[in-house]
Amino acid sequence: MKEENVIEVNQLTKTFGDFTAVNTISFEVKKGEIFGFLGANGAGKTTAMKMLIGISKPSSGEATVAGFDVYSQPESIKKNIGYMSQKFALYDDLTVKENITFFGGIYGLSRKKIKEKREQLISELGLENISNKLVGSLPLGWKQKLSFSVSLLHDPKIVFLDEPTGGVDPITRRQFWEMIYKAADQGTTIFVTTHYMDEAEYCDRVSIMVEGKIEALDTPKKLKEQFKVDSMNDVFLKLARIPSPTLPKGKRENTDCN
Amino acid sequence: MKTIGYIIQKEFKQIFRNKGMLPIIFILPILQLVILSNAATYEVKNIKFAYVDYDRTSTSRALIEKFNASNFFKVLTDFPSQEKASAAMLSGEVDVVMEIPNHFERNLLKEKTADLSITINAIDGAAAGVESGYVNQIVHSFNQGVKMTILDTSKKVAQPVTIQAIPSFWYNTTLDYKTFMVPGILVLLVTMITLFLSGMNIVREKEIGTLEQINVTPIRKSQFIIGKLFPFWIIGMGLLTIGLILAKLIFNTPMLGSLLLLYTYTSIYILVILGMGLLISNFTDTQQQAMFIAWFFVVIFILMSGLFTPIESMPKWAQIVTEFNPIKYFVEIVRMVLLKGSGLGDILPQLLKTLLFAILMNVLAVWSYRKVN
Repeated sequence: MKEENVIEVNQLTKTFGDFTAVNTISFEVKKGEIFGFLGANGAGKTTAMKMLIGISKPSSGEATVAGFDVYSQPESIKKNIGYMSQKFALYDDLTVKENITFFGGIYGLSRKKIKEKREQLISELGLENISNKLVGSLPLGWKQKLSFSVSLLHDPKIVFLDEPTGGVDPITRRQFWEMIYKAADQGTTIFVTTHYMDEAEYCDRVSIMVEGKIEALDTPKKLKEQFKVDSMNDVFLKLARIPSPTLPKGKRENTDCN
Repeated sequence: MKTIGYIIQKEFKQIFRNKGMLPIIFILPILQLVILSNAATYEVKNIKFAYVDYDRTSTSRALIEKFNASNFFKVLTDFPSQEKASAAMLSGEVDVVMEIPNHFERNLLKEKTADLSITINAIDGAAAGVESGYVNQIVHSFNQGVKMTILDTSKKVAQPVTIQAIPSFWYNTTLDYKTFMVPGILVLLVTMITLFLSGMNIVREKEIGTLEQINVTPIRKSQFIIGKLFPFWIIGMGLLTIGLILAKLIFNTPMLGSLLLLYTYTSIYILVILGMGLLISNFTDTQQQAMFIAWFFVVIFILMSGLFTPIESMPKWAQIVTEFNPIKYFVEIVRMVLLKGSGLGDILPQLLKTLLFAILMNVLAVWSYRKVN
């Protein structure tokens, strides 16, 4: 069975001065897959993701996302992807409705389409009563779910989620993953970073990044067999080392920083 | 076009929802205009004047009375000695001390000449110059009076021929400094508010992380920037309007020239300032940094704009630097158009230079704005 690759990464590298944040990583992500991108804080996950979503130029290597080259066609990539950063990035001083309208508008959706999407999204999330409230007043879990839905507004081929469930309660996390599954069922490819190893178990395939390199990449089941352990948690602990504390000055601000 | 509309809509909503920012935008300028226009004065009034009269004759008293009658001098004290007067000047109680020596009257009558000693606190050189001028005027008019008296008593001396220049003051006939200052302060408030607002606006999105979200969308740089800056362009024009209304109502500032011309010029000028704000926000990561840099430039530009001090009296190199100062051109034009009634032909050089700055600044700003790091 030959499946279509929506992300192809070959020897991708990003250096900041003499510090290598991402070191010759290579992998493919198939269409409709839920791809878990794991790693300790500072392992280079966010830096790698920023290269794939076209807001950071790679130092070397090749990568295509949704069939477009990250060097020459970053704007075409942006039309085809959704992104949810680890920092909540909707406007706190706009209402739920206004945020949806704004992001729909800048993705170039028609007025009619925006209205349709807005109503659908609000009813799916059960936000009818608070759709005119400022987003800043919502609880974090609701914000995250809203943020995810907004990243799917323009029906992207791939959606990148950077630690989407950080700081969220277990019930909301579960609901969040239900949303992820639903999106994946509809053919959207999910590229997700996380620190929660139970979430890693939900992924179709998982890569583990250690100090800028991908040290393991397979299905959760096979990884557990390979390392002869019972849980993804143990796989992670066997692989991941805490990055050395002697970081070069000012080189890390764009990588993981929690 | 539609995309820009969405951004403009969002910006206006955010501006008018920001309860901390609204007063800054609309009340601050009013206060600035009212307070600064009254405070930034070149007039030297209420000079604290003291004298030491060693002569104590009717002539010396007549001289002192002349000072007393002047509006500019507030005659304070009669000091018994020069030492006491100097001590008072040291403590800031007096600005000008006149010492009338012994035998002042006798020398004047007998030798037709007498000396006066005037001591002026010259820490503020410009004020000291003005004070010296006032003192000379009073002493001069006192001289005339004395001459008359002497001539009356001894009619032998022929009256010397005197030439008097009678100045006629154009454009500001009553020499009201507010007529001069109010248009300048108007420039100040349009510039400061639009620069600070636009400079901090994009940095703010950087800080809260929404700019990254925007950079991941396929929006074009130019769309985003136009959408972001347009609301501040509107606010800048609004500020000019508020300022002009206040100038008319409170200060009765003359408005001889075409207001349309002033608005046309301002619309281009604000583009320069917005471009500068954007440029600053491109090179800073926090609102604090943006604020400091904006402040640095505004202070230099204002001090070198001819708003408070005439450019003609600056050193040559500083005059060359002012050629690159957009605020200078705005100050010139607002005064020319409002006070002299200058037309398009008169302000064309400044207009073209400002247009050039606007293009240059915005090209630089758009070029240095990066969606990709």
